[in-house]
Amino acid sequence: MNKHFSMIDQWPDKKKEGMDRRTFLKLASAAGLVMSLPVLNWSDGASVIAASGEDDRYVRKARYWKKLEHKQIKCQLCPRQCVIDDHERGYCGVRENRGGTYYTLVYARPVTYHTDPIEKKPLFHFYPGSMAFSIATAGCNLNCKFCQNWEISQVTPEQVNSFYMPPEKIAQMAKEYDAKTIAYTYNEPTIFYEYMYDTAEAGHREDVKSVVITAAYIEQEPIKELCKVVDAIKVDLKAFSDQYYKDVVHGELKPVLDAIETIHNQGRWLEIVYLVVPTLNDSEKEIKELSRWIMRNLGPDVPIHFTRFFPQYLLKNLPPTPVATLERCKAIADAEGLHYVYIGNVPGNPAENTYCPHCGKVLVERIGFTVRSMKIKNGRCPYCGTKIPGIW
Amino acid sequence: MDRRKFLKKSVLFGGTLWLPRILLPSDRISSSGKSRVVIVQDAKIFHNRHVDSDRLLNLLDLSMQTYFDVDVPLRAWRKIVHPGEVIGIKVNCLSGHGSTHKELVDAVVERLLQAGIRANDIIIWDRLNKDLEEGGFRINYKGKGPRVFGNDAVGFAPKLYVFGQAGSLLTRTITNLCDGIINIGLLRDHSIAGVSISLKNLFGAIHNPNKYHLNVGDPYIADVNAFPVIRQKVRFSIVDALEAQYHGGPAYMPQWRWKFGGLIVGRDRVAIDYTGWQIIESKRKAMGFRSLKEEGREPTYIFTASDSEHALGQSNPKMIETIKVTAS
Repeated sequence: MNKHFSMIDQWPDKKKEGMDRRTFLKLASAAGLVMSLPVLNWSDGASVIAASGEDDRYVRKARYWKKLEHKQIKCQLCPRQCVIDDHERGYCGVRENRGGTYYTLVYARPVTYHTDPIEKKPLFHFYPGSMAFSIATAGCNLNCKFCQNWEISQVTPEQVNSFYMPPEKIAQMAKEYDAKTIAYTYNEPTIFYEYMYDTAEAGHREDVKSVVITAAYIEQEPIKELCKVVDAIKVDLKAFSDQYYKDVVHGELKPVLDAIETIHNQGRWLEIVYLVVPTLNDSEKEIKELSRWIMRNLGPDVPIHFTRFFPQYLLKNLPPTPVATLERCKAIADAEGLHYVYIGNVPGNPAENTYCPHCGKVLVERIGFTVRSMKIKNGRCPYCGTKIPGIW
Repeated sequence: MDRRKFLKKSVLFGGTLWLPRILLPSDRISSSGKSRVVIVQDAKIFHNRHVDSDRLLNLLDLSMQTYFDVDVPLRAWRKIVHPGEVIGIKVNCLSGHGSTHKELVDAVVERLLQAGIRANDIIIWDRLNKDLEEGGFRINYKGKGPRVFGNDAVGFAPKLYVFGQAGSLLTRTITNLCDGIINIGLLRDHSIAGVSISLKNLFGAIHNPNKYHLNVGDPYIADVNAFPVIRQKVRFSIVDALEAQYHGGPAYMPQWRWKFGGLIVGRDRVAIDYTGWQIIESKRKAMGFRSLKEEGREPTYIFTASDSEHALGQSNPKMIETIKVTAS
């Protein structure tokens, strides 16, 4: 059964005297933001609960922080390193200082779950054609002006309806839905690190793998630790300039590059997405520098997806990325020697396919999120025998 | 005659009888084009560590009459609110014991009632029910008296407001329920934004204040205050400076608090914040602390709020008319 959340668009007249307690509570319990995310699958095992910050089921002691004087704490999960007073939360909005101890408020508290093709993440070299049981909570440690999921990523847990779904439940449901993987996606999973970590472990016990869809704005120690329990990571590299990270993303480039290198060095499967935003991060120089950095630090076999931007959220004054711009980006990356350069958000574009870098034959044919044909055999091109990196 | 009857009579028929007339300035508001900020203090406002409610009501009246240059408190309140309106009182209950004094809110409610606002048309609000309860308020959705609830009880309207660098949803309390807002902030230091007085208090109206503490809140605090709904609906600001905090805020830190024993009021919350900031700086200096600028948290958003893009008020001290009054 599918279930939509709906925005409350009816509100009692402010002057109306007659709103009784029942009506008020009914409205209040349903009030708050609700996401406009993919259609939600409704399961017997999960229940929507009224938004509340006071349910202890969601509250767990956080990882990666240290105590400071006067009940302040310093969060060490992401490079922002928020210093947080008692009763306050960090930039992410989901981790709270309570009396000098730091807690996550989104443990087992997804706001959505959905089964997606793995191509939607996108991960093109990781079990193509499989399904990913996808979950997200509220919150994010960035604030990208183009965020397409801002209605869940830029809110606190109290502002959205949520489910109670502990890690074991997620793993069990992923298996029931015949999903190969659990995907931590839609919002930034770094901010629900503890939940993600435990769910990945629970998934492995059920023979379900885990993939992380992240902006990789995360400190070194947590990303290293996370690499021990997940199977693939797709990084949204937002740009290759500090200024863009500062102005458009509200983050920093260098920690992201460091995290990408760490993921690669830890041997996790890695793919990179670069959302090409007209005039802001699409210069030839920037794309060339990015491609060279990948060649130099990660090698030619890490896939990169140049994806199309559409006006969203706080960045509505720009047009969608012209396809020609995406093709130019691909041409630059190809010329720099990267083997697997894709174009995303342009269904039907030939650059959605995987080609053998040696003989040039089509190995995986895709249209949008659908895999039309998959010819890789035993991790090799069936035509020339070239090893194709990935997990097939 | 009980206290309530006495106060009612006083406000209707000449509350100034108990105010020393000599303290009432004759300046007209903005006669010089300046923004008026009134600071009132009462050295006897605390009695055995508790706020004396009667003296506090007098102090509030003194501030309002001084600001509006009127003899009767009711005339002052009638310049802000009109009978039949729904009026929100934005308090600040983020720091438990350091929250807006309930006694002050009670005094404001008393005067709003006398100005013709029905009890149930007064909404005392902040971010969360939990915050209000920790600040000493009892949640009241529909019972007798003013309604009291947090944003979590009513949610946020779906329209995204955008100004400058800020993009936020606004609580339905401000978009749907209230005609006007009385903004009751605190006089206190803020470990990130420098100070949190009246401009920053309105972060309590948006769904994502956690996103806007970067760069000492500049320009975000000014941007949020420039959202048209906030600009239009916030009618008046009262700073609860009965107790103030010069360091370690916004958390409640008793070691860095002092009894200022006063209120700061005005329509121009930029001018109010500039004035309050200077008070905090003076206290920091007196207590041997570095200036906020030296600590890298000068509240530059106050200047941004006064620039031509935001035009929210005056941050130039030459354009602020500060009137200090001491209750006898």
